[in-house]
Amino acid sequence: MRRNYYLLILLFPVVFWLVCFFLLPLVSVFIYSFIERGTYGGVRWNFTIENYQRLFDGLYLGILWRSVSTALVCTAICLLLGYPFAYYLARYKPKHRSILLLLVVVPFWTNFLIRTYAWILILRTEGLMNSLLGSIFPNWSPLELLNTPFAVQIGLVYGYLPFMILPLYAALEQLDMSLLEAAQDLGASPRRAFWHVTVPLSLPGILAGSMLVFIPTVGAFLTPDLLGGGKVSYIGNVIERQFKTARDWPFGSALSFMLMGIVLVGTVLYFRALQQDEPKST
Amino acid sequence: MRRILEANIGLVFLFLYVPILAVVVFSFNSGEQISVWQGFTFGWYAKLFEDEALWRACRNSLMVAGVATAIATVIGTAAALAIERYRFRFRTALVRCLYLPIIIPDIVLAIALLTFYVQVRIPLGLITVIIAHSVFNIAYVTIVVRARLQGYDNTLEEAARDLGANEWQTFWRITLPLIAPGIIGGALLAFTLSIDDFVITFFTAGVGYTTLSVHIYSLLKFGITPKINAISTMLLANSIVFILLFSWFQGGATTSQRQEAQ
Repeated sequence: MRRNYYLLILLFPVVFWLVCFFLLPLVSVFIYSFIERGTYGGVRWNFTIENYQRLFDGLYLGILWRSVSTALVCTAICLLLGYPFAYYLARYKPKHRSILLLLVVVPFWTNFLIRTYAWILILRTEGLMNSLLGSIFPNWSPLELLNTPFAVQIGLVYGYLPFMILPLYAALEQLDMSLLEAAQDLGASPRRAFWHVTVPLSLPGILAGSMLVFIPTVGAFLTPDLLGGGKVSYIGNVIERQFKTARDWPFGSALSFMLMGIVLVGTVLYFRALQQDEPKST
Repeated sequence: MRRILEANIGLVFLFLYVPILAVVVFSFNSGEQISVWQGFTFGWYAKLFEDEALWRACRNSLMVAGVATAIATVIGTAAALAIERYRFRFRTALVRCLYLPIIIPDIVLAIALLTFYVQVRIPLGLITVIIAHSVFNIAYVTIVVRARLQGYDNTLEEAARDLGANEWQTFWRITLPLIAPGIIGGALLAFTLSIDDFVITFFTAGVGYTTLSVHIYSLLKFGITPKINAISTMLLANSIVFILLFSWFQGGATTSQRQEAQ
């Protein structure tokens, strides 16, 4: 009885806080997505599914596709850069390893706004990239790099690469090296051992890293806003516009809810893949 | 193969650090252009001290981060203790729900809170930002404190109880001091993330309640001057201090690493 009393004291604040300021807000956005927009930016309390019908407009499907494909490309690039990185780091001398690891973590603690701004400095027409290329090739005519999908893609990879490296590192560091030796003793080439032992065993890290990159990038607002210059729309920007300028909250809510749907589907697939992986890794 | 791996390491570090270093270098640039080098100056830093709006934003940021961190540290530590110490119904559901605010994209959490505040008629101001930050900070504090609790020696508490300490005494004299590094680490992480947050603040702050991140955003949107390089460098320095404090409180591997660095 006394035990339950302590548990109650520990649990009450978190449950209260989450219900009031997380679950109820989710319900609230859900309700908003089913009401009508008022004439002057307000809302009218009539039930409608029009906000969801509008999502299937060609325009919004195109924007949605752009967001999802950009996020997928970003995840793939992060994986390609991050996997060899984490692989090498996990086998590095333990003495210096923690310093290298710290260097990966620093960007995670650094203001995202500033890290995005740094790319404005590099990519703008009078920026460092163009002046570097200009000093190598005398006849270089400055390229318009900023405010392009390329800039957005590079900014997203930059922003979320550490989120890929850290789970990959955690998975690869725990990897039992004797299994690799066993594979090679049994005649597997290093390449075969890598694809048949290392990669499957690090799959939880690959999945976790991919989730951590895909989810924030698919809903990214700041990077497309600053590096894309609002010229190319992503779903995050469209949502922002509904709330800040267009004042169509119900439609913005429907968009947010769809975004959350995409993310939840991704999460469910993630847990599926993780469960399927489990019998193999034990 | 090894060559390729080493080249990749170098490439990734260049990629991660060249942009940050560029900002730092150009914060000492005397020209009016943000990325064309003209000469060395401390002038932009001097200008920061005269910037009234910047300091107001700084004060708001510190207040929001301070209060949100305090709330999140208490609630998150209690949650971590409950999750690690007890088995109860809906435990898994609680864990999932607790981490959901940091799993869903920022903008979804921001919009959800915004529509909620408007529906229940809470006027937007700094309080609304504090609540919003505490929601995602609770998750981070819980993660860090749980990690500390997992490597924790239960026998000390049993010994205290055998020696006649009641639950309350055991908690204050044994449990709390033992997990304190985890709590402080979680609080430092929460504070930093709160200072750095832009998206959630942008949607939940009332008009006129500008935080540092929102201030920087409006500078970026409506006229980039080299002053931004100086502000950014100050914030970078701040982040590095916090990360070093964090690793110090986490102890273990990082202690030996700092000794090597000296």
